[in-house]
Amino acid sequence: MKEATLRVFRGDSDGGQTVDYRVPVAPGMVVLDALHYIQGHLAPDLAVRWNCKAGKCGSCSAEVNGRPRLTCKTRMDDLPQDQPITVLPMKSFPRIKDLVTDVSWNYRVNSKIPPFEPRKGVEWKISQLDVDRVQEFRKCIECFLCQDVCHVLREHHKKEQFAGPRFFVRIAGLEMHPLDGGNRAGLLKDQLGLGLCNITKCCTEVCPEEIRITDNAIIPLKERVVDEFYDPLTMLFRKIRGR
Amino acid sequence: MTTNYETREHDVLIIGAGGAGLRASLEALAQGASVGVVCKSLLGKAHTVMAEGGIAAAMANVDAADNWKTHFRDTMRGGKFLNNWRMAQLHAQESPDRVRELEQWGALFDRTENGDILQRAFGGHTFKRLCHVGDRTGLEMIRTLQDRGVQQGIDVYMECTITRLLIDGGRVTGAFAYWRETGRFIVFKAKSIVIATGGIGKAWRITSNSWEYTGDGMALAYEAGAELMDMEFVQFHPTGMVWPPGVQGILVTEAVRGEGGILRNKAGERFMEKYDPKRMELSTRDVVARSIYTEVKEGRGTEHGGAYLDISHKPAEYVKKKLPSMYHQFKELADVDITKGPMEVGPTCHYMMGGIRVDAETAQSTVPGLFAAGEAAAGLHGSNRLGGNSLSDLLVFGRRAGLAAAQYAKRASASSFDNSQIEQAEKELLAPFSNSGSESPYAVHRDLQAVMQNLVGIYRTREDLEKALVELEKLRVCAAKASVGGSRLFNPGWHLSYDLKAMLIVSEAVTHSALARTESRGAHSRIDHPNLDPIWEKKHNIIVRETGAMKRRESPIEAMPEELKQILAEDKS
Repeated sequence: MKEATLRVFRGDSDGGQTVDYRVPVAPGMVVLDALHYIQGHLAPDLAVRWNCKAGKCGSCSAEVNGRPRLTCKTRMDDLPQDQPITVLPMKSFPRIKDLVTDVSWNYRVNSKIPPFEPRKGVEWKISQLDVDRVQEFRKCIECFLCQDVCHVLREHHKKEQFAGPRFFVRIAGLEMHPLDGGNRAGLLKDQLGLGLCNITKCCTEVCPEEIRITDNAIIPLKERVVDEFYDPLTMLFRKIRGR
Repeated sequence: MTTNYETREHDVLIIGAGGAGLRASLEALAQGASVGVVCKSLLGKAHTVMAEGGIAAAMANVDAADNWKTHFRDTMRGGKFLNNWRMAQLHAQESPDRVRELEQWGALFDRTENGDILQRAFGGHTFKRLCHVGDRTGLEMIRTLQDRGVQQGIDVYMECTITRLLIDGGRVTGAFAYWRETGRFIVFKAKSIVIATGGIGKAWRITSNSWEYTGDGMALAYEAGAELMDMEFVQFHPTGMVWPPGVQGILVTEAVRGEGGILRNKAGERFMEKYDPKRMELSTRDVVARSIYTEVKEGRGTEHGGAYLDISHKPAEYVKKKLPSMYHQFKELADVDITKGPMEVGPTCHYMMGGIRVDAETAQSTVPGLFAAGEAAAGLHGSNRLGGNSLSDLLVFGRRAGLAAAQYAKRASASSFDNSQIEQAEKELLAPFSNSGSESPYAVHRDLQAVMQNLVGIYRTREDLEKALVELEKLRVCAAKASVGGSRLFNPGWHLSYDLKAMLIVSEAVTHSALARTESRGAHSRIDHPNLDPIWEKKHNIIVRETGAMKRRESPIEAMPEELKQILAEDKS
């Protein structure tokens, strides 16, 4: 049987180094299979998060050969076999151990977002067309790869000012829900730092669900914020109405 | 040593954060209880997220003739009348309200032309009944529940594993747990506890279940003295992936067949014509799983030992729209374009019909203060679950469990327990670090999966089951000696050593019950007893711990009221 070398980060918040493991390669094998082989045969204490192994839960995120990916959807045969495959934890989050990082910040951000708020007196009739429009955002599996790759978080560490692509996607899903009556524009502008995104589209590139995060979520939300706060007509109207 | 833990206190403690646990927590909160939810993974990763096909509810949006009575009848028939009839009735009556409520909390379902929630056909359901969102219904459901929970103020303890329920004067009053991240201990004081931990699939080699489904909730309840019921009924979903090896067992949603998918063998024969000519591919899961198994066993399987499942006769755009995650799953993991050619599929261990015995109205187990809902509880599905009845089960009985647990907590005195239980739990949990055995928990787990896969699978015999009991006893000894290295910091090998204990308990319960039931009914098929036995239609298998050992009893099924009998008698088809 063919073999591959996995070069996996071993360590914790105090530091660590990569360790090489030789792993037999079966047809169709994915990186997560290789990590499971290491756990089962070579290093039972290797810390890895995973659940569904089918690209539906978003637990097994890591950086494979430098690219943020779901390890359950990364095929070994898509990677060069003549050199070690490096598997590192997501860089934007504090390390806990090996490939497991502390993603609790995401859950704190999420709790700031006002929930779905049905408009008063709605009849619960929706057209499929309206459903289709927001389905894309609701596909998000919360793998946090977009958060990992986003330079505002990864390089500039603006976790206090910036919610990150994941939560712009969530808000887009709420704002464009056909029956939602809430308004999250102020929140986006003042607390979630939407303006810090300079639309480099890195998030869209790594999204395993192929959500067009920048084009379909972030840009329309930016437009909403502009309409609400920077549109001269609206500003004038607001002045006249005194609010 | 006993002071080495933190303590948290809640009125209601909920173990498990899938659909049932989250729905229970919302209801308990609505009752004014303080609620803690403990889960082994991150919030939102529970198995509910993987549910694909839909939620069964007789809303009659597509087929106007549908109503709760038909849903009740389908459920009872699918379960071969071993279901708790009261649960089946409540489930059929309350599901539509639970779905509407989900919609009011923000879930967005696919729609009919009229703008109502769209419903699709599924195996064993007379009418188009499954409310769905493409093939990612579970994701929509869990996000809706989790976001509402966080908003309403549940305290979530993520990546935390409960290893023991604490008992005082015969009722549960708390639980002992460890944080997976740090390995530190935490003790929960609670007036009532809801177990919503899901199933036990990880005891089998080929399974659609994730690492979490190790039967811990059932094992916790069993150790606390609760009765387990009908543990022999393990559902093998007919369609799991079979190739490549790494993806073996991953679920292929029944929605493929619901949308018109056809099963064929190697020779191109539509073999369901032989096994269930009336319902064909949309027969119940037990029947379809056995049919595929038989085709393969008799040499008519595909290259990799499965059957072909084909939806490529439908327009490619339709397939991509109705089954998007199946399209991607096969494309990315198996190099198969399902809009152009067939998938290879075979049975995979999927769901546990048996579990903790509960009262239909309150979801309370046989131990005061201990409740159970969802897959961890037994009763609703009898000997075989219909697709789509699981998500509705989570909502209906999750709500009932949360309500009853909160009401119980209001009446209950403050939580107290004897600290020696905590000392014991600590000692047991840390033992693998000082054990002398040379095997790792992973090796023992592989052996356990082989035993359950080979000896307690789709078809069973007395010889195999007796052999399995002998093997399980050996594995229990091995598991108790298995050792782990490294520290307590996020150490999966150590985590598995506790999960292994739970899997061994439930595996033994399954095997004992399967050995006793000398008939074939629903998901339980005995080659040596191939027919239904009317005597076994009248009783449940009960597993309970007595003086430290596993004991099996039988318990008669309560007589069904006349009006429900009449519903079953209508339409004999």
